[in-house]
Amino acid sequence: MIINLQNFIDREQPVWDELDALLVRIGREPFGSFKLDELKRFHYLAERTSADLIHIREFVTQTELQAYLESLVSRAYSEIQEKHTNSMRFKPIHWFFKTFPRTFRKHARCFGLAVAITLLGSLFGGGAVLFDPDAKAAIMPFSHLGGDPSERVANEEKTDELKLEGKGAFSAMLMTHNTKVSILVLALGISFGVGSTVLLFYNGVILGAVMADYLIAGEGTFLTAWLLPHGSVEIPAILIAGQAGLILGGAMIGWSNRLSMKMRLRAIVPDLTTLIGGVACLLVWAGIVEAYFSQDHEPVLPYALKISVGAIELILLFAFLTFSGREPVEVQH
Amino acid sequence: MQNIRTPEGVVFSLMLASPIIRMLAWLVDLLVIGTVTWILRMVVGLFLLVSMDFAVALWFIISFIVTIGYGICFEWLWNGQTFGKRLLRLRVVDEGGLSLHFGQIVVRNLLRFVDQLPMFYFVGGTVALLNARAQRLGDLAAGTIVVRQPRIGSPDVDEIGGGKYNSFGLHPYLEARLCSLVTPHEASLAVSALVRRNEFDDDARLKVFRELAAHFQALVKFPPEATEDISDEQFVRNVVCSVYKLSENQTGKNHVRKNTL
Repeated sequence: MIINLQNFIDREQPVWDELDALLVRIGREPFGSFKLDELKRFHYLAERTSADLIHIREFVTQTELQAYLESLVSRAYSEIQEKHTNSMRFKPIHWFFKTFPRTFRKHARCFGLAVAITLLGSLFGGGAVLFDPDAKAAIMPFSHLGGDPSERVANEEKTDELKLEGKGAFSAMLMTHNTKVSILVLALGISFGVGSTVLLFYNGVILGAVMADYLIAGEGTFLTAWLLPHGSVEIPAILIAGQAGLILGGAMIGWSNRLSMKMRLRAIVPDLTTLIGGVACLLVWAGIVEAYFSQDHEPVLPYALKISVGAIELILLFAFLTFSGREPVEVQH
Repeated sequence: MQNIRTPEGVVFSLMLASPIIRMLAWLVDLLVIGTVTWILRMVVGLFLLVSMDFAVALWFIISFIVTIGYGICFEWLWNGQTFGKRLLRLRVVDEGGLSLHFGQIVVRNLLRFVDQLPMFYFVGGTVALLNARAQRLGDLAAGTIVVRQPRIGSPDVDEIGGGKYNSFGLHPYLEARLCSLVTPHEASLAVSALVRRNEFDDDARLKVFRELAAHFQALVKFPPEATEDISDEQFVRNVVCSVYKLSENQTGKNHVRKNTL
């Protein structure tokens, strides 16, 4: 059967034009500004155009008309399906204090694995410096860490006034650099988690080497006062980025998960976004603390004060990640 | 092509963008990012008069936000398009044909960090070339594809030539016989040839219409007065107008009826 193409187009063209106009309007305005009748009308037009597409495909193959109807149907379909999730307003306070810690706890095992990998790296780095002092030159990433710790401490403690010059730029550089590293740790999870694991291990090696170097030199107090104020937030932030990378790697591997890889990845995408967003927020704080607080030492800032501040930050972060966003337990009467 | 079947059973296809055209869009985006960064650098430079420390800090943060946030921001605001993609009529869509979620946009843009390793998107480009749906790693993780959306106008039957004189109309019995013998596939083939006639080069155009006309002439023999002095292309046009009943009086301009829903 061959349909009367002219009659068909004449009859249906107003429907397609109206749907096209509504799609353009939806592109400009959110669905929330539509009245119920307009939404019903949109749904009707989309269904009717879909029916036209089936009709025309059955009787006429490979025409411009089919391509036109397909473009209309695909646009309408994407607008109708799951649009409600996009129209929700973002609530930053709720997201940071509830969604982020909940997501963190949801994947606590991956965080534990990230901690374990970093600890292994630390043991390796610390052991390397302890048993082979020559390894220090190969492991330390920055030249200022390559010297003798006691000499550095003596130099740092000569300064007796608080300097603010250049700290803004240093702070911004730390924030952006650490956030980039965190994103890389997450993104490398796509290599079935291998890339994230290697990066976490490498970070652990550096951390362990620095700690061993200062502890061997008897500068444990300086080291704690130097690292704890910003490290209490920065290191957990990198570990959370590693957690996100391992979640991504886990979804790629799919152990004991019967869903397809596509479905597994689809399920974790919102969690990855939440975790990396939370990491970025933590790193902003860590950058400010590192630039304005961690780099000043005694006699300008007493070590006891710095260690106390760092310890308080660590406790608060622990409490935040453990308890924030928990639903109150309902008592059954 | 990426075929999508809706829960209602409607199947439609999305045209996948090739890695080459995506690279062109990326180059345009790179140009935009470079220009925006250059302008912002001029603006931030003014703060050097106030405080060098503040200006440098501001520059670190702004350049970070522009480079990381450009793709995320525009793909979110423009529903899957950046400047480059908009210019080349590309769009990021969910691989199931659904609307993009913010999380998908964030993840596909953050995974650029791996896709662009070691340089010039070597990893992402290689994966896209090997992938049937031209997905780079970011697309695989986020469940997105990049599709081409060429401008498709509403169909115009006048373009086929429905408004022109059809000499077959003088022989209604032969015209009816033609309608009964031509299959839908043959008819749609003739329509496609007429719609795309300007895309052929001269030789191909002559050959296509000669073969089509010969095929239809073999089906029904019209008297010489109906077929004399008309080209093969006009013959095929007459066949299409007869089969689809595109007569002169039906295809006048502004013939579209009012909405009868």
